Amino acid sequence: MKRLLQIEFIKLWNSRASKILIISYFVLLTCIALIAAVKFDIGPIKFHLADQGIFNFPYIWHFNTYVASFFKLFLAIVIVSMMANEYSNKTIKQNLIDGLSKKEFVLSKFLTVISFSIISTFFIFVVSLILGLLYSDYNEPSIIFSDLDFLLAYFIKLVGFFSFCLFAGVLIKRSAFALGFLILWQVFELFVRGMLRWQFLDGDTTNSVMNFFPLTSMGNLIKEPLSRLGAVQSVANEIGEKLELNYQVHWYEVLIVLCWTVIFVYLSYALLKKRDL
Amino acid sequence: METILTVNHLTKKFGYLTAVKDLSFTIEKGNVYGILGPNGSGKSTTLGIVLNVVNKTEGEFSWFDGNTSTHQALKKVGAIIERPNFYPYMTAVQNLKLVCKIKGVSGEKIEEKLKLVDLLDRKNSKFRNYSLGMKQRLAIASALLNDPEILILDEPTNGLDPQGIHQIREIIKTIAASGTTILLASHLLDEVEKVCSHVVILRKGIKLYSGRVDGMLASHGFFELKSENQELLLKFLEENEDFGQVKVENGLVTAFPKDEIDAEVLNKTLFENGIVLSHLVKRRESLEEQFLTLTKNKET
Repeated sequence: MKRLLQIEFIKLWNSRASKILIISYFVLLTCIALIAAVKFDIGPIKFHLADQGIFNFPYIWHFNTYVASFFKLFLAIVIVSMMANEYSNKTIKQNLIDGLSKKEFVLSKFLTVISFSIISTFFIFVVSLILGLLYSDYNEPSIIFSDLDFLLAYFIKLVGFFSFCLFAGVLIKRSAFALGFLILWQVFELFVRGMLRWQFLDGDTTNSVMNFFPLTSMGNLIKEPLSRLGAVQSVANEIGEKLELNYQVHWYEVLIVLCWTVIFVYLSYALLKKRDL
Repeated sequence: METILTVNHLTKKFGYLTAVKDLSFTIEKGNVYGILGPNGSGKSTTLGIVLNVVNKTEGEFSWFDGNTSTHQALKKVGAIIERPNFYPYMTAVQNLKLVCKIKGVSGEKIEEKLKLVDLLDRKNSKFRNYSLGMKQRLAIASALLNDPEILILDEPTNGLDPQGIHQIREIIKTIAASGTTILLASHLLDEVEKVCSHVVILRKGIKLYSGRVDGMLASHGFFELKSENQELLLKFLEENEDFGQVKVENGLVTAFPKDEIDAEVLNKTLFENGIVLSHLVKRRESLEEQFLTLTKNKET
C-alpha cells in the first residue's frame, strides 16, 4: 500500500499543474477562515459575520464542511487528469508492462482519493476548531465535539465524488472531455428531476427518487446550513413562516454514497480489465 | 535448459479479425530470439498478450516455471512496446525512479543504465524535450533497470534515423553479449539476422516456423560455380546424384546439394573429372531468401 501511494505521489508531485492545483486547494480551504474577517462598518450599520453565530459550535462543523465542499472541484480536475493522462500518455500501458497489475493500478488511484479526502477532512477539522475556539459563544468540550458526523459526511462525500471523477477519467480517457462528462451528468440529473416532477411524481416522491442518483445523493449528505442561522430563523418567524429543518446526516444517505463509491471503483477496474490497450 | 516463456495455442480475435491464431512457442534462457513477420502479422499483439496489456481470446501462456502471476513475472522482465511511453513532464531520472518503484527495485542502477545508453549528460532534461532516438534509448535503460531475465523489444529501431538505428543495434549487441535472453520483434530481416540465433516467423497471425535460424529450410546451402567448360560442368552436376536443382544465371552456375558436401571435396572431384573452376563459393541462404522461400512455400 505504501508502495502504491509512493508511485502515485511521484506521478502527481512532479507535475507542475497538479502541484499548483493541490496547493491552491489547500490554501483555499484555509481561506474559509477569512470569512471571519467579513465586517461591514458603515455608520449606524455594523455587521460582523463572525458575530452572527456561524462560528458557534457545533454549527460551525455544518457550515464549514458545506462551504469547503465547493472547493472539491479543484481536486476533481487533478483526479480526472491523473487518470485520463495515463491514457493519453499511454503510460498506463508502460506501468502494466513494468509489472503493475490492473488491480494495483486502480487501487493506487483509489488510495490517492482516500488520502486526499482524509487530508481535506483533517484540514477542515483543524481550521474549524481554531475558528470556533476564537469566535464561538460556547466553549464546553461536550458542545465542541457534538455533531461531528458532518465531518464524516464530508469525508464520504469527497470519497464518493472523487471516485466518480476517477471513473469518468477511465471511461472517457481524455481529461477535458471527462470533466465535460461530469458537468453533463449534473445537467442530466437536473433534467431527470425536472421531468419526474413535471410529468410523474409529487415533490416528496421526486426527492426520494432523486436521492438515489450519484451527484444528488452526494449533495444531500450535507444540506445547506444557512436556514439554521439564528438570524435567518428570526426573520422567518417574523413573516410567519415556519422553516422545517431536517439538516441531520442520515445513515441511509451515507449508505447510498458508499454504494456508488463501490460501483464506480469496481466499474473502473472492470473497464480497465476488459479493454485492450 | 531453463524455460522463460511458454505460449500454448494462443488466439486473439478483434471482432471478426483473427490477429493471432493458435500460436505456440517456447523461449529458453540464453538465446536471442526474433519474431519475424510483415506489418500486421500479429507480432505486437502476441507481445501485448504476454505483457498483460492485451486480453487473450483463447489459449494460455506462462512465465518462468508457471507458478508466478503475470504481473509478478513482469517485474523480472524488461520490455518496450512500439513507442516509448513516459511521463512527458518528468525528467529521465524521475521517470526511471518511478519504474524502480513499480518493479520494486532500488534506484541505485539508474546512473549505470543511463550511462549504458549514453544519456547521462541529459538525465535531468524533461522527457518531452527528448528526440525520438533519445526516447527510445531511455526506454531501453528503463527496461534494463531490474537486470531482467529477458529483454523484449518490439520494433526498437522504428522511425529512427540511420545513426539512431546504429546506436540501438550496438546497445542490443552489448546486451546480448552479456548473456541476457532477448526477444526481438521486427519486420526488418537484416536486423534480426544480425543478432538472433532463433526465430519465430508469423504471417497473418499464423506461425510458419519456430526454431534455429539455420534450421529454417531443410537446406545444405548452395554452391556458386564458374568454369571455362560450362557444358561439362552442367553435365557432371546433372548426372551426379548428390545434386538436386541446378540453375544458370549470367554464366554463374548455382547448384543445390541434397546432402552436406564440403567445398574442398567438390573442387577435388571436379578437377579429377577434368573440370577446372574459375569461381567456387559455398553459401547459405540469407534470412531474407529463406523467409521469402518459406512464405512462398506455405502459400501454395
